[in-house]
Amino acid sequence: MASDLESVESFRERARAFIRKNLRPAAHRAASVMRGEVSDEVELAEVAREREVQRLFFDAGFAGVCVPRAYGGQGLTPAHQRALNAELRGYEYPSRAQVPTFTPCLAVLLEFGSEEQKQKHVPAILKGEELWMQFLSEPSCGSDVAGAITTAVKKGDEWVLNGQKTWTTGAWWSDWGMCLARTNWDVSKHSGLTVFIFPIKSPGIEVRRIEMLNGSKEFCEEFLTDVHIPDSYRIGGVDNGWTVGSRWMFYERMGRNSPLVTMPEGTARASTNNGAKMHAIARSGGLLDDPKARELIGEAHALQLVGDALRGRVAQGIMTRTLSDQASAIYRLFAGLSDARRTTIAFELAGSAAATWTEDDGERAQWGIDFLMRQAGCIGGGTTEIACNVIAERVLNMPREATPDREVPFREVPRSRSKSDK
Amino acid sequence: MLLQLSSEQEFFQKTTARYLQDNAPVAELRRRRDDPEGFKSRYWRQGAELGWTSLLVSEDDGGVSISGRGLVDLTLVAYEFGRHAAPGPLALTNVVAGALSAGQYADKSLIAGLLDGSKLVAWCISEGSPDDGLANLRFEISQEGNELVLNGVKRSVESANQASHLLVTGRTGSGLSQVVVPVDAPGVSIKPMQGVDLSRRFSLVKLENVRVPLSAAVGAVGGADAAVELQLQQALVLLSAEALGAMQASFDMTVEWAFDRYSFGRSLASYQALKHRFAHMATWLQASHAVCDEAARAVNEARPDAAELVSAAKAYVGQYGAELIQDCVQLHGGIGVTFEHDLHLYLRRLTLIRTLLGTPDVHLRRLAELVAKKENGRGE
Repeated sequence: MASDLESVESFRERARAFIRKNLRPAAHRAASVMRGEVSDEVELAEVAREREVQRLFFDAGFAGVCVPRAYGGQGLTPAHQRALNAELRGYEYPSRAQVPTFTPCLAVLLEFGSEEQKQKHVPAILKGEELWMQFLSEPSCGSDVAGAITTAVKKGDEWVLNGQKTWTTGAWWSDWGMCLARTNWDVSKHSGLTVFIFPIKSPGIEVRRIEMLNGSKEFCEEFLTDVHIPDSYRIGGVDNGWTVGSRWMFYERMGRNSPLVTMPEGTARASTNNGAKMHAIARSGGLLDDPKARELIGEAHALQLVGDALRGRVAQGIMTRTLSDQASAIYRLFAGLSDARRTTIAFELAGSAAATWTEDDGERAQWGIDFLMRQAGCIGGGTTEIACNVIAERVLNMPREATPDREVPFREVPRSRSKSDK
Repeated sequence: MLLQLSSEQEFFQKTTARYLQDNAPVAELRRRRDDPEGFKSRYWRQGAELGWTSLLVSEDDGGVSISGRGLVDLTLVAYEFGRHAAPGPLALTNVVAGALSAGQYADKSLIAGLLDGSKLVAWCISEGSPDDGLANLRFEISQEGNELVLNGVKRSVESANQASHLLVTGRTGSGLSQVVVPVDAPGVSIKPMQGVDLSRRFSLVKLENVRVPLSAAVGAVGGADAAVELQLQQALVLLSAEALGAMQASFDMTVEWAFDRYSFGRSLASYQALKHRFAHMATWLQASHAVCDEAARAVNEARPDAAELVSAAKAYVGQYGAELIQDCVQLHGGIGVTFEHDLHLYLRRLTLIRTLLGTPDVHLRRLAELVAKKENGRGE
């Protein structure tokens, strides 16, 4: 009954008191993650602190605001979550626990997990004991996730998994994985998939760090060799993985817009390439009176403001069903292009110090490194090209592209050639 | 525009849409091309009866309220004006009526005339490029005894040809003043300008030693800066909402075209190269909806980020709205650049609005200034 719920205002008051008493101000880390300057020691210390903070949230009744009470959550509403987010502005929060742990993984568990799975994992997530990762992308299929070839074979009561997954952020410090695997090669592509969960430290899983072109080692790839897991680690029906998978994709695209996610208000605005940063770069180069530089600063700021407004509109539209579920692709496309453009603007404003710098170049230094990584925001989480397809086909209902992978057994679907095939 | 409307708002918007459909059909707009006035006074008076002019005025002065958020409600009308490329000085009339009401202008009959649509007052704010009325006004308003003396040139002034009065905004020392001047006052000259829109008429207005009594001032002489800033924000919100309507109409028309038009045995909508263009357009359109709504709310609530949002909206809609409609023209092919097709009605409206009260670049520079102000404030 709605009338049994704590009022948003009372919840807000409690949240404020809790936050001021227990949390530290948000750390302003000088180095940008995209520049690969965070050491493993710093990263692990931050992960440990975030687990502690998640536990503090849990003990005080602020973990899983929109998660049912039966699983240790608060059973409250998105309005309560927004109040918590507003009160958290300027404070630390368990940022690494949000995406992908709370969404999509927790969201998928709540929708498709068995009662036993939910009782085991949801409270553990809420307590900060389990950080989750998505074992989704594979080297042979990026945005085409249903083309997974990592294979699970049933042997007695167990499943045996073999294959390779990639682009898992921080798998080296995470606990559980949610994995999409092929269980049937003799039916069509989307009809032979199954979803599994397992501890990342299971025997047979080797986690390797991927070094990005800027030196960052945030991402990992995993090699699965004869990984044995019990059938109780399966989510949803055998070969029914795409029913789970398409909701999984939906929850992934919701990302920070999900009511399951705790994130201080204004965090999205605190990107490193916003108007304030552009102002600092221009000032450092003595460009504040240059009309072209001012237009660039203004453009970066406008993109930030428009993006914030669009994010809110898409979230509201999906929640109230005035926009299609698929409208999140609109924000994804905007955000990717906007981020790339703002990085270009920073690079432009920084001048030659972007590519060759000394410690005296201040705000202008190093933007060339960000420029090298510029496209990352248009690639990760489904490319902007995929977003374009989704918008055209699912929002505007335009005809779908030809799908030679749909009507035939997956075994017969043409696949990428590797160099060694040639 | 707003994702969720109250039933009153929905009724208000639909009534306007139906009225414009019936009274400003596209054939009528084409006929307006050579009409020096651009619209008939009966059209405007009947529109005023629907509530077009009463939402920014206090209830004491005859204003009405729909949701209690007058500017937000008014964006619904402005949006329909854009969707129909409708004639009539909507933004202008509302902003002036609001200014006279807020400034407690003594001649209440003028406000009443604006509200019932029988009178028009042209707002003389812009002086053309590079600042377009947003900054560095050169127009002089000086006080001599019990009189105000006005000197300067204003462009481009909407509907001055049909107005009975002008609301002139100019500089008095280091502050701004606003003065109501009858169009027939000695020293006022109004020269019609040529323009791109089929029904919006603009003039170049020159005032040479025009003298009016001190009572013609709206608000304090030399102390109208905050009032002018609010008027600018309101006008920019309404112009942006109107541009958004033109974008939406062009987009809808072009999506329909893409499904209906076949080339090489396939609909245009089936080509991935074109589908991706539509995806980008849909994104610009939703982003424009989002920032226009946010700007309207911010101004309505007098939020501290209102000025930033207004400039972000005007810059974004000006730039991407033009790209969107030009892309619609491209996707139509040759007929997209004919007079017979309706697309140019919207392209004209967008092209006009893009330049009024600040081109995109002017607003980007204004945004940079607002960022600088915030950052400098933070350092101190």
